[in-house]
Amino acid sequence: MIEFWNSLHPLLQAVIKGLAVIGVMFPFGGACSLIERKISAAMQGRPGPNRAIPFWFAWVPVIGPFLQRLGVFHLMADGGKMFFKEDPVPGHVNKFYFYLAPVVGMIPALTTVTVVPFGAYLNEAGQLVPLVLANLDVGILAVFAVSSLGVYSLILAGWSSNSKYPFLGGIRASAQLISYELSMTLSVLPVFLWVNAPGGEGTLSLFHVVGAQDGAWFGLWMPLCAIIFLVALFAETNRLPFDMAEGEADLVGGFHTEYGAMKWGLFFVAEYSHMLIGSGVFVLLFLGGWNPLPWVPLSDVAAWLHLADQPLLLGLLSIGIFLGKTLFFIFLFMWVRWTVPRFRYDQVMKLGWQKLLPLALGNLIFYAILIAWLQPKFSH
Amino acid sequence: MIAPPKPDLVTVNIDGQDIAVPKGTNVIEAARQLGIEIPHYCYHPKLTVSGNCRMCLIEMGTPIMDPATRAPIMDAATGRPKINWIPRPQIGCATNVSPGLHVRTDSPLARECREGVTEFLLINHPLDCPICDQAGECKLQEHSTAYGRGYSRFVEQKNVKPKRTVLGPRVTLDDERCILCSRCVRFSKEVAKDDVLGFVDRGSYSTLTCYPGKQLKNNYSLNTVDICPVGALTSTDFRFKMRVWFLKQTPGIDPESSVGANTEIWSREGAIYRITPRQNDAVNDTWMADSGRALYKQVKAADRLLAPSLDGATTANEMALKAVANLLVGRTGPVRRDDDAASPAHRAGAPYQGSVALVGSGRSSVEEQFLTKKLADALKTSAHLVSRVGPGDRILVSADRNPNVRGALVTGLISKLPAQQLTSLAADIDAGKVKTVVSVGEDLTAAGLSAAQLAKVSVVYLGTHRNATSDAAKVVIPTLTVFEKSGTFVNQQFRLQKFAKAVPGPAGVNDDLITLAELVAAAGGGIIPFELGALWAAIAAEVKPLALVTYASLPATGLLLDATPWAALPFCEGETLHFKPAAAANA
Amino acid sequence: MPYVVERKPLTLSERLYFPQILAGMRVTLKHLFAPNVTMEYPEQRPAIPVGYRGVPTLVKDPHGREKCVSCQLCEFVCPPKAIRITPGEIPADQADRAHVEKAPKEFEIDMLRCIYCGLCQEVCPEEAIFLQNQYSLTGYTRAEMVNDKARLYELGGTLPDRHFKWDKKKSAAEARGHAAH
Repeated sequence: MIEFWNSLHPLLQAVIKGLAVIGVMFPFGGACSLIERKISAAMQGRPGPNRAIPFWFAWVPVIGPFLQRLGVFHLMADGGKMFFKEDPVPGHVNKFYFYLAPVVGMIPALTTVTVVPFGAYLNEAGQLVPLVLANLDVGILAVFAVSSLGVYSLILAGWSSNSKYPFLGGIRASAQLISYELSMTLSVLPVFLWVNAPGGEGTLSLFHVVGAQDGAWFGLWMPLCAIIFLVALFAETNRLPFDMAEGEADLVGGFHTEYGAMKWGLFFVAEYSHMLIGSGVFVLLFLGGWNPLPWVPLSDVAAWLHLADQPLLLGLLSIGIFLGKTLFFIFLFMWVRWTVPRFRYDQVMKLGWQKLLPLALGNLIFYAILIAWLQPKFSH
Repeated sequence: MIAPPKPDLVTVNIDGQDIAVPKGTNVIEAARQLGIEIPHYCYHPKLTVSGNCRMCLIEMGTPIMDPATRAPIMDAATGRPKINWIPRPQIGCATNVSPGLHVRTDSPLARECREGVTEFLLINHPLDCPICDQAGECKLQEHSTAYGRGYSRFVEQKNVKPKRTVLGPRVTLDDERCILCSRCVRFSKEVAKDDVLGFVDRGSYSTLTCYPGKQLKNNYSLNTVDICPVGALTSTDFRFKMRVWFLKQTPGIDPESSVGANTEIWSREGAIYRITPRQNDAVNDTWMADSGRALYKQVKAADRLLAPSLDGATTANEMALKAVANLLVGRTGPVRRDDDAASPAHRAGAPYQGSVALVGSGRSSVEEQFLTKKLADALKTSAHLVSRVGPGDRILVSADRNPNVRGALVTGLISKLPAQQLTSLAADIDAGKVKTVVSVGEDLTAAGLSAAQLAKVSVVYLGTHRNATSDAAKVVIPTLTVFEKSGTFVNQQFRLQKFAKAVPGPAGVNDDLITLAELVAAAGGGIIPFELGALWAAIAAEVKPLALVTYASLPATGLLLDATPWAALPFCEGETLHFKPAAAANA
Repeated sequence: MPYVVERKPLTLSERLYFPQILAGMRVTLKHLFAPNVTMEYPEQRPAIPVGYRGVPTLVKDPHGREKCVSCQLCEFVCPPKAIRITPGEIPADQADRAHVEKAPKEFEIDMLRCIYCGLCQEVCPEEAIFLQNQYSLTGYTRAEMVNDKARLYELGGTLPDRHFKWDKKKSAAEARGHAAH
C-alpha cells in the first residue's frame, strides 16, 4: 500500500491529501457544532437537540431513537440546510471581498492541518515515524504563520459588509489577534529552548517536541507557559470569554452579521478548525502528543502490546490517544464558555497587554535562565 | 317685542346655600340650579306633578315669625333666622318655593327616607340588570347605588308579572320592572293627548295597562320609553339590540318636518342603534315623534345608492363628475378620462345657458343649499324647489315636511315658497328649452315629471336612495344621509340648528358638499371650499342674515334668525308645540 | 446624592482569577451531570394549577343550557376589546328558555387580542364565561384565531352551577301563576 502511495504522482498525492483534510475537517466542524449544542444543553439542564429524524429511519429499533435523542439528524439537517438555503447578498456590500472573506477564512484553517502531526508508528528500524501530511522542519512557525492569516478573513468580512456592526467586529478581531499573538508566541519559546539544546540539531518540528516529552510532559514543568498559551488560544480562536468579534450581545453577529447560508457556514467551520488545530498544537507542545501518560512514551506501549511490527494498529492507537486529548480540549472550550462570562473589550485589551504579555516575558526570562542552568546537567 | 315681565324672585336656602328662584318653582328645580340633585322617579319637569314615588323626600322649614312684628326671629349665635323645621319629611317635587324656605336635601332623615323607599322598590324589582336595556341609564340603578343597602332583607318570594306585554306596535312592557311612577300615563294624557294608559289592580298586583281595546300606538309612544325611569317600557325596535354604554351620542336634527326636533343619535362602530330626543325647551322640550326615530334605517337600506353610475353602469367617481361637467357645458359624445372641465378650451364655444335646469331641495342643509345657489349662479339659472306637505299633528310634526325650506330662503336659493309640482320645469322640457336637469336629492317623478319628460332630457341625480329618477338618470352620484354628514337646518321658527355626523358614510361615497363644490367648479363657478369651517366663512361673507355666524360657535340649542324679511310669505304650517304661525300670532 | 456601593477588596485568589474560574468550572461540571430541568413539551404536559387562566370559554349549566344572557359586560370590561357580542332575543315560543329572554346571537373572542386577564370571568353576572385549562391555541389564519360561539361552547363544556337562578325564577312564576289566576 505504501508502495502504491509512493508510486503516485506527487501532484495527485497532494490533491488526495487535500481532499482528505477537507473530508476530515468539515465533518469534525459539524460534529463539534453538535457536541457544542449538546454540551451547552446539558450544562443548562435541558436535553438539547433531540427531535429531527428522517421518517424512514424512525422504524430502526433502538438505534433510530438513540440517534434521534443524540440529535445526529439535526447536524445533518443543519448541514443540508446550509448548502441548499438561499444565499442572500446584501446590496450594499463590496461583493468581491464579501465572497472572498469566507474562503480566506477556510484556507489557513485547512492549511495548518497539514503541518500538524497527529500520530506516529514504528518503522522496521524501530524508529518513530510521524503521521503528518507535510513534515516540515519549521513546524510551529508554519502553524503560527498560517493560522494568523485567518484574521484577514474576519477583517475582510467586517470591512466588505459595509455595515457598522460587522466593521466593529472585524476591527476588534484584528486588535485582539495582534494583542494575544505576542503572548502566545512568547509562551512556547521555553519549550523550544529546551528542545533545541546547544550542540544539538536545531529544529522547530512539532514531531521532535513530542519526542522530547517521552519523560515529563512540558505542561508539567512549564505550567505557566501552558496557561498563557491556553488563554491566548482562547483569544485567538475568538471563543468565549474572548467573544469580541462576534459579540451577539453588542454587535448583533459581529463580522458575519451580513452573512448567511454556506458562506456563514464556512466561517463556522473555520472557527472549529482553528479550535481543533489550536487544541492539537497545545496537546503536542504541552501534553505529550500521542504519548499516553507522562514517562510512558508510545514506544513503550508498543513494546508491551507487541505492536512494534504492526504500523497500522500502532498508528491508529497513537491517533486515538492524540485525538482523545484534543477532544478533551474541545470540551474545555465549551466548558469554559458556559462558566466565564464575556469580558468587556477594554478588559480584553488590558488583560492582553498589561497582564499576559509581561507575564509571558517574565516567564521566558525565567525559563531561559532555568534551562541555561539545567541544560549542562542533562546534556549527554 | 315686548320684554317678558320680570318674574317674582323668591329667595330660598337649600343645604345652607341661598338662591333666588322664580315663584312657583318647586324644590327639585331650585336645588338643580344649585347643582344639588334630589333623587326622584315620578317627577318630570315637562309633566304634571303626581308625587307618588316618594323618592324626593326632603326636610323643610320656615323662619319662625314673631307674632307681634311679623318679622323672623333671629338666632343670636349665628345671626340667621331661627327655623321651624317640619318634623316629617316632605316631597320636593310638590313643594313650591316660598320666601325664606329652608330645605335640607341630604340630612340623615332624608337619607333614611330614601333608603326606605329604595328598599321597598327593590322588594319586587327583578334582578334583570344583565339583560335589561335600561341598565346604564336606569334611575333605579343609580339611586340604588346611592341609597340601596346592597343586599335584600326580603325573604318571601318576589312578585312575578308578565315579562313581555305588547302595549303597542313599538312599545313592549316588562311588568315586573315597573315601579308605578305613572310618568308614561301622564305623558300620554298631557303631551300626546292620547290617554290610553292606566294602572289596574291594587297593591303588588298593580299593573300598567292600556284601556281595553286600545293600544299605545300614537306617533309619540316611544317617548314613554324615554321617560320610563326603569326598564319597564322598552322600545321593541331597540330591545336587546345593544347595551347603552357602548353607544356614542351625536347631536342631530329630526329631518322629517320643519319643526326640526333636536335628537341624539346613538351609534356604535358606524352603526346607528336608536334615536332619542335631545332637550331643547324652545323647540321640542324632551320629546320627538316615533316616525323620526325610525329614519336611521335608511342608512343601511337595501336600495341605498353606493357607487356613481353613468348611463346605468357603475363608474368611477371621477368619470361621473367629468360626465356631469360635459353635460353642464353642453358637450356631447363619450366621456374621456382626460376631459378637463376647468380648461378654457373645454368651455369654449359652449354658451349653453338656460338649457340646464337645477332642482334644489328643501331637505338639503343650509351649506348644500348655498352651494346649490352657487351652482345655479354659475349656470345662470335659478333653482326649482319642491315642497312637501302632509298633515301636521300640532305637536312635533308640522305640515311642511321639508326640514329646511327656510334655509333656502335664507341662502337666497329661492325667493318665494316652492310648489308641490315642477310644472314650469315640465313645460320647459316639453318646449325643448331644457336639455339637462340636475336634481340635488329630489325625486323628479314624485314631483310631477313624467317618464316621457325625463327621457327627453339628460338627468343628473344626486341622491341617497334608488328611485324612479335615479333609474332614469344619465349620471347618478350617490350622496350621504343626514346621519352621515354635518350641517345645519333652519326650522320653522327660523332657528338655525346644527347636526353632526354620527356615522361614516359608505366607502367611496363623497360628502354632498364635495360633490356640489366640484359641480360648481365644473360649471365655471370657481373654487369653493367644502370643509365646513371654511365654507361657513364664505357663507357668512355672502349671505347677509348669516353674517357673523360660524359653524363651530352655533349653540347646541340653535340660533334664532331674524324672520322679518319673510314674514309675508304664506307658510303652510299650522301650530306645533312651540310654534305659532305668523298669521295666527298676528291675529 | 449618589449612592456609593462599597465593594470589598478582592483577595489574592480572586485577583489571580484562575482559582475563581476553576471554582466556576466545578459548578458547570456539576450541572453537566445534573438531571434536566426542562419539560419535553408535547409529550409531557405541565400540571395546571387551580385558578389557572387559560383560554376564555363559554360554559353551559349541568342541564346543557346556555348560561350567557349577552349582557355584554365582558365586552365592556375587556381591556384589549377582544370580545364581540351580537345580542339576540330568545323567542317567546321557546317554552323552556323564553323566560331568560336574552341570549347571544353571536359571541366572538379574538384570541389574537385576548390577554388572558380574566376580567370577563370576574365580571360575568351569570357565571357563564370561564378561563379554563386550555392554554395551547394555534391557527393558520387570523380568522381561525377568532373563537366563535360554537367553538367557545365546545371549549367550555359544562360546569357545575350553584344557583340555577333562571330555574328558580321560572318555578316562582309558575307557582304564582297557579296561585293567582
